[in-house]
Amino acid sequence: MTRDQLLKVIEEITIVIEENKVHLTDLDQAIGDGDHGINLNRGFRAVKEKLESLRDKDCGTILKTAAMSLISTVGGASGPLYGTAFMKAGAVVAGKEYISVEDSIKMFDEAIQGIIARGKASRGDKTMLDVLVPAFEAWKVAFEEGESTEKASEKMLGAAYQGLEYTKTIIAKKGRANYLGERSIGHQDPGATSSCIILKTIVDVMAKGE
Amino acid sequence: MKKIINHPEAVVEEMLEGVVKAHPQYVRKLEGFNVLVRANGPVNGKVALVSGGGSGHEPSHGGFVGRGMLDGAVAGAVFTSPTPDQVFEAVKAVDGGAGVLLVIKNYTGDIMNFEMAAEMADMESIKVASVVVNDDVAVENSTWTTGRRGIAGTVFIHKIAGAAAEKGMDLDEVKRVAEKTIANVRSMGMSLTPCTVPAAGKPSFELAENEMEVGLGIHGEPGTHRDEIKTADEITTHLVEKILEDIDYSQSEVALLINGLGGTPLMELYIMNRKVSSILAEKGIKVYKTLVGNFMTSLEMAGASVSILKLDEELKELLDATADTPAFTQL
Repeated sequence: MTRDQLLKVIEEITIVIEENKVHLTDLDQAIGDGDHGINLNRGFRAVKEKLESLRDKDCGTILKTAAMSLISTVGGASGPLYGTAFMKAGAVVAGKEYISVEDSIKMFDEAIQGIIARGKASRGDKTMLDVLVPAFEAWKVAFEEGESTEKASEKMLGAAYQGLEYTKTIIAKKGRANYLGERSIGHQDPGATSSCIILKTIVDVMAKGE
Repeated sequence: MKKIINHPEAVVEEMLEGVVKAHPQYVRKLEGFNVLVRANGPVNGKVALVSGGGSGHEPSHGGFVGRGMLDGAVAGAVFTSPTPDQVFEAVKAVDGGAGVLLVIKNYTGDIMNFEMAAEMADMESIKVASVVVNDDVAVENSTWTTGRRGIAGTVFIHKIAGAAAEKGMDLDEVKRVAEKTIANVRSMGMSLTPCTVPAAGKPSFELAENEMEVGLGIHGEPGTHRDEIKTADEITTHLVEKILEDIDYSQSEVALLINGLGGTPLMELYIMNRKVSSILAEKGIKVYKTLVGNFMTSLEMAGASVSILKLDEELKELLDATADTPAFTQL
């Protein structure tokens, strides 16, 4: 992925999050405090404002700048979590103008480790990790098995959506949804949903090959 | 949505401007940040207290900034934890050289953002300690989950740890007193109506005319269960029983906080207090001090919570100490 593609990915994420603002907030109202879409949209709008100044920067700087914008504007749990994820992913490609497949695997892994460390959550807690961890594993395994980027993307998204469905079946153990106990079963996790949306956007931009 | 606002995205800033205009003798706003600090701060040589969280809980927390309570309050977006940079600015602004205690309510987001701010302060060699308030007995306490929420009982921590800091205790001591207060305070709430986050534009849940939500927090999140509405005495009995099941209050003296969630008249809060007092009297628990009013609200939600703090001599003395803030004054 080139630097321009990375910028395009981030720009598309800001658009898609805006489009899904109400959807994410509705999901959050069902089991949380009803602000996930509002908060993420505020954060990515701040990221969008920075994009123009990043056109000639390296991939690490782009991601780190996006991370700082998210950390300082989103708030809630999703601000530190997505901010940390972007920060950790950015550190992998500091100074680089191109992201290789190996880089992408490392970035994905680091981002997840960052989220785990910050959120002290694990898979099965009904969080974004239920989407991100299986998606990462599918992505990594696909390349180890010599699949094309296209096929790996397909498998990664498949695993992500499966993880998202899985969040409907389990009890929330983190975030405000966990106060509901069993009442959280049947509801899809908002954070897992936004993670899915972001992964799909990355795949869509890469598929267009712009 | 029917609210007296100009723009949903501007509510926090415009509210803070209004607070500063109303109480310039108590608070000022840090330029460029949604942070209120004491007008005459920082206080040299005193441990400073910073609290905060999402907005929508007024007068918490900005209303408790002043002598004997907080030094700074950070206001996030409505029901959303403030960001680390905002908390860090508050820490820098209030540090009088003796360190800063962060009073955090137990929510995943609040803890992460305050932790990141503490890491930033650490890098600048500002001494920071933190305590996490988790007084809500409606929520199961488990190592594997987020644990209990922090709700209205937090105001007791502001008051008591604030008095400890004002008395000249060092950071470790102020933290110890705050933790003792947390260990001895329990709360539980209920609501009759949902509330509407301005940026969401619609209520967080729906309740029929004859329903109430029991065991809910202060963010319009659903509670532990829904029930048919009952009399004030029955509602109050349920809340108090849940609290008394949790720690042994027998033979002790307690402080009470009958807290309105924003849309409940004082009349109803006093009716509840009447019942709380009689239940405690029957059980031989002595009420040392009672606070009734809107201390930790949930926007316009109709409902209330009861908090009971078990006291010892040290907590009594600190609870009695003078305080002078926009929302709580005790001479």
